[in-house]
Amino acid sequence: MPTVILGSAQDIVEHCGVPRFLFTDFPLGNPCGKPYDAEMQLSTVSHCFDVLEEATTAGLTVASPFQWDGDKTWRDRYLEIRNEDREKLRLKGEERKAQRKALRAAGRVRTE
Amino acid sequence: MMSQAVQYMARTRAYYEAQGFEVPYTWAHFDEIPFTPLARPLQESKVALITTAALYDRDADDVRKVATHTTSKIPERLYANDLSWDKQATHLNDLGSYFPLATLKQLVRDRRIGSICANFYCAPTEYSHRRTMEADAPEILERCRQDNADIALLVPL
Repeated sequence: MPTVILGSAQDIVEHCGVPRFLFTDFPLGNPCGKPYDAEMQLSTVSHCFDVLEEATTAGLTVASPFQWDGDKTWRDRYLEIRNEDREKLRLKGEERKAQRKALRAAGRVRTE
Repeated sequence: MMSQAVQYMARTRAYYEAQGFEVPYTWAHFDEIPFTPLARPLQESKVALITTAALYDRDADDVRKVATHTTSKIPERLYANDLSWDKQATHLNDLGSYFPLATLKQLVRDRRIGSICANFYCAPTEYSHRRTMEADAPEILERCRQDNADIALLVPL
């Protein structure tokens, strides 16, 4: 089936390999455009269909022209690890491992 | 194009390594990518909308399943707090920013596309490649075909 992906995790999508991809360089969560900007959303989704029509081979990535106009540090801050966070992250990992162990014992963890 | 795009795989790997998870996640990769050309003009095509958001609130470790729901009206809300979207930089309060059903309806009115499937489809975000390839993706494809989809638009969070 002719398929197009509209997303914001460029490296993940391209690593996977998809037929057609419109890349919105926005924080994860708003691939269709800025919240409450109906005009941008219409333009972005319409652009997906341009990609669908124009692609002739698999693996095409087209970048949306829109830029995030919010906090410009968003790219640096996603899953940022500062030295002062490392102990908290280590403890979070221990907690998560214990939770998963309990869930696995209860048959509630998705497995292969 | 990649020069400023966030390197999510590297960031995720480092983040979970900092939590003490020593075996990094293996992201899905395919050497051969299927490509199906359009069978009919867009203006005559029926579009299937596939989202990774859910119809109900989930915890990160809850079992996730394929789900479908009518496109006859815009849902009041969808749920995605268990997914790794950027909760510092933005929000999901506007459905249109990640679930473009209203936008697709506008594109139908504008005659850019023919129509929308009777249902939209919720795809589970799965760690297991096997489960995605052998269970969830085939099920979504089957449901899209049952709804006479000509085109699939995937909008992952």
